[in-house]
Amino acid sequence: MSPGPGPFGSVPEAGPPGLTARLLELVGALREEGLRVGTSEILDALEATSSVTWSSETAFREALAATLAKSPEDRRVFDLVFGRFFFRAAEAEAIRQDLAATEAEAGATPGDEQDIDLEALAQAVREAVAEGTDPQMRDLARLAVAALGRQGEGVGVVGVDVQRIRRALGLQTHAGRRDDEPDPDEGPTLDRESINAFERHLRRELERRLIERTGTLPPARPLADLDRALPSNPAQDLAAVHRSVKMLKRRLATVGHEHRGRRHSSVVDVRRTMRTALETGGVPLRLRYRPRRPRRPEIFVLCDVSTSVTSASLFFLSVLHALHDAFRKLRSFVFIERISEVTEVFARERDFTEISRKISSDGGVADVSGYTDYGRVWLEFGEQVARDLGPRSTIIVLGDARTNGRAPHAPALGAVTARAGRTFWLNPEPRLYWNYGDSVISAYEPFVDGVFECWTTQHLEQFVGLLAGQAPEPQPR
Amino acid sequence: MSTPAASAPPASAEVVASALAGAGYLADDASALVCFLAQRLGKPVLVEGPAGVGKTELAKATARATGRPLVRLQCYEGLDEAKALYEWNYRKQLLRIQAGGDDRDGWSSVHDDIFAEEFLLARPLLQAIASPEPVVLLIDEIDKTDQEFEAMLLEVLSEFQISIPELGPIAARSEPIVFLTSNNARELTEALKRRCLYLWIDYPDLERELEIVRLHTPEMDERLARRMLEVVHEIRALDLHKAPSIAESIDWARTLLLIGAQDIDRETFTKTLGILIKHQTDLELVAQRVGVSLEARSRLGVDGK
Repeated sequence: MSPGPGPFGSVPEAGPPGLTARLLELVGALREEGLRVGTSEILDALEATSSVTWSSETAFREALAATLAKSPEDRRVFDLVFGRFFFRAAEAEAIRQDLAATEAEAGATPGDEQDIDLEALAQAVREAVAEGTDPQMRDLARLAVAALGRQGEGVGVVGVDVQRIRRALGLQTHAGRRDDEPDPDEGPTLDRESINAFERHLRRELERRLIERTGTLPPARPLADLDRALPSNPAQDLAAVHRSVKMLKRRLATVGHEHRGRRHSSVVDVRRTMRTALETGGVPLRLRYRPRRPRRPEIFVLCDVSTSVTSASLFFLSVLHALHDAFRKLRSFVFIERISEVTEVFARERDFTEISRKISSDGGVADVSGYTDYGRVWLEFGEQVARDLGPRSTIIVLGDARTNGRAPHAPALGAVTARAGRTFWLNPEPRLYWNYGDSVISAYEPFVDGVFECWTTQHLEQFVGLLAGQAPEPQPR
Repeated sequence: MSTPAASAPPASAEVVASALAGAGYLADDASALVCFLAQRLGKPVLVEGPAGVGKTELAKATARATGRPLVRLQCYEGLDEAKALYEWNYRKQLLRIQAGGDDRDGWSSVHDDIFAEEFLLARPLLQAIASPEPVVLLIDEIDKTDQEFEAMLLEVLSEFQISIPELGPIAARSEPIVFLTSNNARELTEALKRRCLYLWIDYPDLERELEIVRLHTPEMDERLARRMLEVVHEIRALDLHKAPSIAESIDWARTLLLIGAQDIDRETFTKTLGILIKHQTDLELVAQRVGVSLEARSRLGVDGK
């Protein structure tokens, strides 16, 4: 937060008064989360906020969002940052005015725990979550924290407390039994979104208590990456994964088209030019160009489907699914300990769930121990497929490079990649975890043209842009 | 016709919302607010969202509500300035040259002449800019165009003017309200987004959609409409190629009215499913999932009574 006060360690300074300063702080926080907010947009935001009433939080928030957050992803981050920012601002103000002490007294004392009927509470929470009414959820979150918060315990690990309370209340998604018909006996099924909303309230409430107790604000943390946009998060619905991939699919379909403008070394189509010239009495006033053919790359995708990447592989499989629709010359392989080609499966089946079932059941993944053996995979791939590789082919590896302690056989990969035009590696782990434990990504890195972290759709989009030809082409025409 | 409301910006988002409602569009808070800001700040609005949530309709409704004419530019791949901005009328120019070509000193007069406004064919953007009365300009599906086209739009969107090399800049005679819609098929450039207000429209929640449907089919029984929308929402929650849009739920409501359905049982559902779902694979999935739950629900309903 460069323009505002630095990371809060203790009671923060109030900073200069006025909305402009607050807004700049908010923009600072947004920029830290990766939103690109320009100065002109700040000016717009100021102008927008001065035309709405400040008494309505929605109006104020929407006005800011319309001027500052310009994509659905940005909007999600904006909402999180907005909530956090004003929560912190309010808490900081409360601490400065020393309001906390009295409220903390009024809150839960140990005696409260027995007073609240857990069963009734759990029931009420479930109803509120099912209905999704915000203020009610907030009140119940407060109550639940009072009942189950156990003061003094779990200081600083809010996340753990949230999960504990959630479990104690018996909140479960129906994700586990999504194939079953909704059972009327089990009451309303709770969808992931509303439980998440309730968890957010819980989290907020726990944080508030923590702040009240200690009288300080915890240092401002960047948003947890998991909060932002993560399709590989197993907690998210498959539908959510698919939605983002569907969007990607459409982008893949149009990718490259926008670079087909006529500026780039277009060839004049003489026939068409002369034909149009007839309109103007044989004077060729307008040139017609020959359309450029988009490059059709040949792609080989290798996808790790072992347990260490379970959550990610679901994501990757759906990516693979999308890729299959977009690129005609695509061969895909899945591997755990050994490799098997699944191009056929994708070609035959249109339905994604069916595909993932087939691959996991009879995809032919020779899965002896359930542990990935990258070295063996390279050797097999080299034997079976390498002769089909050529300078036009692109290899994409989707995997975490965790070999479970087995030999990485990096030269074998080198031999394979030497035959291919380009090789990319997409790693579903954040860069931070690379090369820790049994991850040997650095051994493979010299042999591939690029290693990318890929655990959000955004990463994937960047990569797709690269793949579709924004990058320099080694291949001659 | 230019009403007073068309010239003066509205006083608040509520005013905009009620004006839009008067034009047959029930805007949620965010949409109304952004429309209000657009008129207040004179900025274009970039509207994104899934297909069929009423992005284009918002622009049309704004035109109706403000009494301004609507100028629409439908984008498609390969759209260029000749079709979006202006074009020289070559034939007319050629005629002019040939007509004046006989006498000796004709050329000097002709050569100044042929690049006059007379020979300009105004395309939607120039039309919107040059119109003496304020208009609503709708640039539909901007994501279908090339990036070059976007760059060309920047001048129009930020300055409300168009530079024609032979004539110089043509400035707007009135300030249009501009809507750009996008289905998010590709990422738009930062430069374009920076000049716009951003509005994301999603599928409405049940209550709002109920209002929308009842606005369009007032004869429909409320209980049936609600029941119908519950099913629609259930379908949207599935993983489909194309989720049913608002327009499609309205169509469905009309159909149900037409065939005089009293309740949505499995039979009516499967008979009229084609109105909601347009994909073969989707059809199968929905028939399977929702059909079953419909049966369960109607059983429950009987038990409840």
